[in-house]
Amino acid sequence: MTTATATDAVLEVSDVTLRFGGLTSLDSVSLRHERGEVLAVIGPNGAGKTSLFNCLTGVYHPQEGTVTFRPEGGRDTAVLGRKPFQVNKLGIARTFQNIRLFNALTAVENVKIGVESHQRSGPIGAMLGLPRNRREERDSDDEAFRLLEFVGLSKRANEVSASLPYGDQRRLEIARALGTRPKLLLLDEPAAGTNPAEKRQLEVLIRDIAATGVSVLLIEHDMKLVMAVAANVVVLNFGQVIAAGTPQEIQRDPKVVEAYLGGDEAAGEA
Amino acid sequence: MTTAATSGAPATSTWQGLQRWSRRDEVRRAVSLVALMVTLAVITGPSGTQTAPYSGLRGSLFASHAIPFYVLAVVLALVALFGGRWTAAAVAPVRQLRERGRGVVIPRYVKLIALVLLAVLLLYYPTTLTPFWQTVLVDQMGIYVLLAVGLNVVVGFAGLLDLGYIAFFAIGAYTTAYFTDKLPVHPPFVLNPFFIFPIAVGAALLAGVILGGPTLRLRGDYLAIVTLGFGEIVRITAVNSDSLTNGPQGAFGIPHFAAFGYKWTLDSLPYYYLLLGVVAAIVFFFSRLNNSRVGRAWAAIREDEVAAAATGIPTLKFKLMAFAIGASTSGFAGVIYASKVGFINPDNFPLLLSILVLTMVIFGGMGSIPGVILGAAVLGWLPNYLRDYVPAQDRFIYFGALLIVMMIFRPQGLLPSKRRSRELRLSELGVGGADAMGTIPGTDA
Amino acid sequence: MCFTQSFWQLTISGLALGSVYALIALGYTLVYGVLQLINFAHSEVFMLGGFGGLFLIRGLGISNPSGFTSVALVIGGMLAGAVFGGVTAFVLERVAYRPLRRRGAPKLAFLISAIGASYFLLNLAGKEFGRFNNPMPSLYTSGEVFSVFGAQVTTNNLVIGSAAVVMLIALDRIIAKTRLGMGIRSVAQDAEAASLMGVDINKVITRTFIIGGLLAGVAGFLFGIQFGVQYNMGFSAGTKAFTAAVLGGIGNVRGAVLGGLVLGVAENLGVACVSSAWRDVIAFMILVLVLMVRPTGLLGERLGRSA
Repeated sequence: MTTATATDAVLEVSDVTLRFGGLTSLDSVSLRHERGEVLAVIGPNGAGKTSLFNCLTGVYHPQEGTVTFRPEGGRDTAVLGRKPFQVNKLGIARTFQNIRLFNALTAVENVKIGVESHQRSGPIGAMLGLPRNRREERDSDDEAFRLLEFVGLSKRANEVSASLPYGDQRRLEIARALGTRPKLLLLDEPAAGTNPAEKRQLEVLIRDIAATGVSVLLIEHDMKLVMAVAANVVVLNFGQVIAAGTPQEIQRDPKVVEAYLGGDEAAGEA
Repeated sequence: MTTAATSGAPATSTWQGLQRWSRRDEVRRAVSLVALMVTLAVITGPSGTQTAPYSGLRGSLFASHAIPFYVLAVVLALVALFGGRWTAAAVAPVRQLRERGRGVVIPRYVKLIALVLLAVLLLYYPTTLTPFWQTVLVDQMGIYVLLAVGLNVVVGFAGLLDLGYIAFFAIGAYTTAYFTDKLPVHPPFVLNPFFIFPIAVGAALLAGVILGGPTLRLRGDYLAIVTLGFGEIVRITAVNSDSLTNGPQGAFGIPHFAAFGYKWTLDSLPYYYLLLGVVAAIVFFFSRLNNSRVGRAWAAIREDEVAAAATGIPTLKFKLMAFAIGASTSGFAGVIYASKVGFINPDNFPLLLSILVLTMVIFGGMGSIPGVILGAAVLGWLPNYLRDYVPAQDRFIYFGALLIVMMIFRPQGLLPSKRRSRELRLSELGVGGADAMGTIPGTDA
Repeated sequence: MCFTQSFWQLTISGLALGSVYALIALGYTLVYGVLQLINFAHSEVFMLGGFGGLFLIRGLGISNPSGFTSVALVIGGMLAGAVFGGVTAFVLERVAYRPLRRRGAPKLAFLISAIGASYFLLNLAGKEFGRFNNPMPSLYTSGEVFSVFGAQVTTNNLVIGSAAVVMLIALDRIIAKTRLGMGIRSVAQDAEAASLMGVDINKVITRTFIIGGLLAGVAGFLFGIQFGVQYNMGFSAGTKAFTAAVLGGIGNVRGAVLGGLVLGVAENLGVACVSSAWRDVIAFMILVLVLMVRPTGLLGERLGRSA
């Protein structure tokens, strides 16, 4: 575990334990996410990575532990116990392991929904066509297009999202999440099912996102991607943290090697 | 299971041979067509009576009434069994036509002309109708259109299945009766119905929020049942509270609208124009609403509630918004109905009516405002047109069948919204849940 | 309390009524377990089963039966009810649900189709058999058989109660012990996995419908003995049975039974406090309360999966 000195953590997870009946999905998991860094969470299938994300975003409610979110300049806020949309309002956004887009809507509509989560316009204003509503509509259009360009989808803005190629769908989901103006972005296996070219694009995108000041928490199996973007890595196995450190450190860690039954195998998974 | 028998091995018994034969498409189609003809014969045949309960069936199936149906059944069965090539050839040109029409874009000016023609039709045509039809136009078609547009917000935009929609209609109507002093309890002040609109709408809205608050977090099918229960509770309460609502007799003598020096009377035409204006305004506002962030949030909730919540949408708040807007519209319609017809009683607000309005929305195309208007207009007009051909009580046999048929053959409705068509097509391909309630597990194309 | 006066009387008749609700509730719960669908038209299956039993009894035209004839009549009526119910359920599944399943329709379409089927059957029955109550010709000499805590237990109560108990035990055994029961449970848990394991889903679904239909059909006959048979008896009994299923935990077979009994008794006790005009409202209120306070029901959803 990196010794935390005066570094600034955007997210602190302490001893989170999640149980389903007799099954313990997360066992006293703790981690520290430094502001502005890309932190990767890896581990074999079933290790509890997505469960961790679900705890961080209010989908699951762990029985024990605390999660503290520290937005820049803001106060420490407890994350646990909040509903998913409240967590998003705090500044934590996520993507899903098996892509959950609004399928029948176009790409730009998907992103606009993310952007509009911040708007205050209500139904009355919409019906009457009040100036504020009109302005916010224009703003959401502008920002949605800007985000689509940022992820490289501006040419496909008006296509139905379900008809987009797989890699584009993943990037669209990221754009939508970015629309909600998060300080912390949780990406759940963004490279799953993508080809090598798309993975390289993803690398660039993640670095670009981090460059804008958004901290990125990443679940990934693709070690090449992890090595390329992550400053630090946390390794989960059977719901427990078995190692944490820089990518180079955990690659050499015998416990990690053992968990994957051979570090070579995992590294060659690109 | 019997995989060996179905993989082309020789039929080891006549039973298995029969089973395999019965599974062939042509046979199935033939059987379905024959069954359909028999059903039609029974539906359109005579009814049973108290003293002779089987006379209905006997008259439908074993009398001369059934002959055309049996003939048709035989013909259709033969065509289905042996005329495969002919039916394919007959259907082909239709299919070609549809394909060619798919990419066609209608030029702007054509749409404009159509709109103008429609406006002229709507403004002028009703003056040429008989008083009977004018009354049907207002009391049934007009009110139904208003109700359907309101329910469309709840079911079509937000994807919430409300089976108790008429409860708010009743609340609007009874509020009108109350403030015109036609109920056993006396109001603090008396108003002409025209000015009761805000109060009645407020009451309906409040009821919507009270019902929706605790129940909108429930799963789709549970919500349906709860709203059904609420609708029934309202109706039964109206029936039983003699001191409040005058029980089964209801209220009568509710005055017509009178405002700004103009008095509405029994004449349907002025009511028609009022209703036309109201519907036009509401359609304008609701269209705007659907194209705004609110409409998009509703679409998101309908598509994938989990993703919507993760994207910062307070799902409960938006659901409640849709529910309240729908309830208000229903209450609004209640005021117009009460003042036009002049008398109301609990029998005017049965569960049947909630289902009927839902039928109109689905039939017309849920989520599509022009669609539901058309659906409501057609289904409001049809029973009156068929009055001479079909006994009134049998109406719902046809409605029930219509619902099933629509869901099988054209679930998107008459004039579907583009989004809804897309949702349905995607759901059939196995992508996404089509709407807030999702799909049946284990169904696959 | 308003019902302490005739508490045991109300409870006894409530249990008999409740066992009928339980039989109907099982149909709802089983179909919900395998399809996650509220089979709105199940109430009409119940109604048609009642008519089936009625037609048989009327057709036999035996006056003043007693002894073995009575027993034979009751069993015959139950069988007729079961047949009518089972056939109706089968046709329903084929006509209203299977085409939708085949094209991957969304759940809303199923619900609408179910509502349509319900109205179709209800009004067709009204048209053919008349819109009035048809009392069941007497099957045995009714009256008190014995009394418990000062409350009468009538022949009706006994017949209905014991017939229901037999059916319920039979169903429990089927679900727990037979291959079909295992198929039902597996499809309820995870249809895809079940089909990958070689379970014929279509067959299981059809058979689930038929079983539900058999039970509801018998319930229709039993209900008819006490209250007569009429074209719209399905609506109120069906809604209450659905409430019972939800009360016990939708998808949970034992829950449906418990829910039915509890609801029957609660309804009777409640009606003693307010007039019988409010009878249906009590059931609806219980439904709304259960759904809001404990949507998973008394025994929790079990037949199906959890999250």
